[in-house]
Amino acid sequence: MSSETGKILTTDGIPLEVSLKKAERKNKIKAFLLVAPLLLFLLITYIFPIGDMLMRSVDDKMVTEMLPKTFKSMENWDGNEMPPEEVFEAFYLDFQKLVEEKRDGKLSTQLNYTKNGFKSILKKLRRKAKNFEEGNYKEQIMSVHKRWADVEYWRAIKRRAPAFTSAKYLKGMDMYKNEEGEIVNVEEDRRIHRVLWLRTLEIAFFVTLLCFLMAYPIAHLLATLPMKYSNLLMICVLLPFWTSLLVRTASWMILLQQQGVVNDFFVMIGLVADDNRPEMMYNKTGTYVAMTQILLPFMVLPLYSVMKTISPSLMRAGKSLGGTPFITFWKVYFPLTIPGIGAGCLLVFILAIGYYITPALVGGASGTLISNQIAFHMKSTLDWSFASAMGLMLLAGVLAIYWVYNKLVGIDNIKLG
Amino acid sequence: MALPKYTEPHYRIWHYVYIFICTCVFFFLIAPLFVIFPLSFNAEEFLSFSEGMKNLDPDAFSLRWYKDMIYGTKNPWGLAAKNSFIIAIFATLGSVLLGTVAALGLSSRHMPYKGLIMATLISPMIVPLIISGVAIFFFMAKAGLAATHTGIVLAHIILGTPFVVITVTATLSGFDHSVTRAASSLGSDPVNTFMKITLPLILPGVISGGLFAFVTSFDEVVVVLFLAGLENTTIPIQMWTGLREQLSPTILAVATCLIILSTLILVTAELLRRRSERLRGINR
Repeated sequence: MSSETGKILTTDGIPLEVSLKKAERKNKIKAFLLVAPLLLFLLITYIFPIGDMLMRSVDDKMVTEMLPKTFKSMENWDGNEMPPEEVFEAFYLDFQKLVEEKRDGKLSTQLNYTKNGFKSILKKLRRKAKNFEEGNYKEQIMSVHKRWADVEYWRAIKRRAPAFTSAKYLKGMDMYKNEEGEIVNVEEDRRIHRVLWLRTLEIAFFVTLLCFLMAYPIAHLLATLPMKYSNLLMICVLLPFWTSLLVRTASWMILLQQQGVVNDFFVMIGLVADDNRPEMMYNKTGTYVAMTQILLPFMVLPLYSVMKTISPSLMRAGKSLGGTPFITFWKVYFPLTIPGIGAGCLLVFILAIGYYITPALVGGASGTLISNQIAFHMKSTLDWSFASAMGLMLLAGVLAIYWVYNKLVGIDNIKLG
Repeated sequence: MALPKYTEPHYRIWHYVYIFICTCVFFFLIAPLFVIFPLSFNAEEFLSFSEGMKNLDPDAFSLRWYKDMIYGTKNPWGLAAKNSFIIAIFATLGSVLLGTVAALGLSSRHMPYKGLIMATLISPMIVPLIISGVAIFFFMAKAGLAATHTGIVLAHIILGTPFVVITVTATLSGFDHSVTRAASSLGSDPVNTFMKITLPLILPGVISGGLFAFVTSFDEVVVVLFLAGLENTTIPIQMWTGLREQLSPTILAVATCLIILSTLILVTAELLRRRSERLRGINR
């Protein structure tokens, strides 16, 4: 329109279109400036540190920086036969420098990761290198130990040249790169991480299923009862929701222990013998029971908020058209609750997959999840780059689910309480 | 839920089964919390019901563990409670301030890249705590804020803001923007309009977001475990150590206090939610 009539002017003589655009831009900036402080805060303290985790998980600069000359001279070496003299010379110079700085121990640990047997030959080289004469380092190094004359060991050094590595990610999946650079599985009895990933998925899946099966009837009851009663019952859902996670875990520890209330009850009704009380804690059972109860409110609340919006007259209409209560429920009511089911299940699954506290306290050895492994490497082995790699693998999974959640329900539709 | 008279017998039976199932689930949800109550008054040093307690013998009950919680020698609960409250209060203030302002911007219809920014702001709530813990620990260690109150407060602001952003944007979605335009047309400057018009109307949402932030901080243990030193111990850390090392009934006394606190918070949150719905005219 405005282009046809040419120029509609505002009172101060500027074309309306321009003036409008200017105002819009001003509003945009205003809105953005309001969000900016929080966004900036989160970027600095949270989003960038997650990026830092990524850097740590692939970082392999340590060896790269320790043997700069060696790797430079190795660039032209194809790795088929013994490296030329210049590589040996560069390695000798790098190594002497490390010995002077007392960092050769670190190098031998690192190289030993790549190939077993480096520790002893580096020690030997260190002793002998003091008396090396200038020139012809190839001969001299090779005479220190027969492994120095083995091309395999020089290839192993060359493999540590890149500053980045995927080793930690492969380790997280129980795989490694062998000497030919192929990705292979570790031996059967050392595959601990795959078991953990599978267990985490399994527990998250079954906890979600259990939560759904338990939450659906009570959400339905809450949504159909008169306000007076439903408000009262809602407290049963909200009180655990607001109560400290540790308090709830503590109560399960008391209930499930061998002399605990649940076992007492089983003995009383004669289900188990007094001297044969089952172990219900420090194993998977404990993790299942406690996690289901703790995450149940997260399933009930989205289901309830969807069910609340379904008009009861729909069910009456279904029945009046001849449907039995079951058919009406299945054909009319259930499909209408699917958004709530999706929201609840994804929420519970996301929370369950990253659970840490409860499995650590009631899970024992067979009930711990991938989070516990991450914490273990952060605190005990101090292998932070491995912890970062595992954390990011978990994060990738969660973000994928989050993306699905966003597509299905929309992140704006999260309801709290 | 009374059944109509004409209900056929097998539906009648199904109905009672359904009620029974629901009762069981409600029992499963709420009963564990009530086990802690009586056991915290146990006179013995066990975490199970003694014979005396089963027979309701008054001698089997005592306030011994509450006394231990408050007066016990070398007990960590006093310091932990002080730290927890200080950290939670500052974290709540920070979250509410940053979160409310951001929510105001986000609910403006002029906001560019709304989806992406919302997803970023909510992310600390979605990302598993263990990952947040690792990332925040790396940052705080670099910034020299590990094992300081400031570091923990900042970490809890990160974790608390998503709740404030969500509750305040929800409140603002029912907000009638013509009232602020009316205020501006009457000559009020933006800050004045916000303080006098917008804030009172969205206050229930702000406070309930604040409550979420408070509870998040007060109950948070995963991130704090990475960050805290001996000086910064909090109630959750003490409970975590207690539960891992030796389960003493003192923990149950603390747990009872925490349940009472959470009941108070629940009541406040419920009252606020109803008030907010009434103000926004959602109440049916």
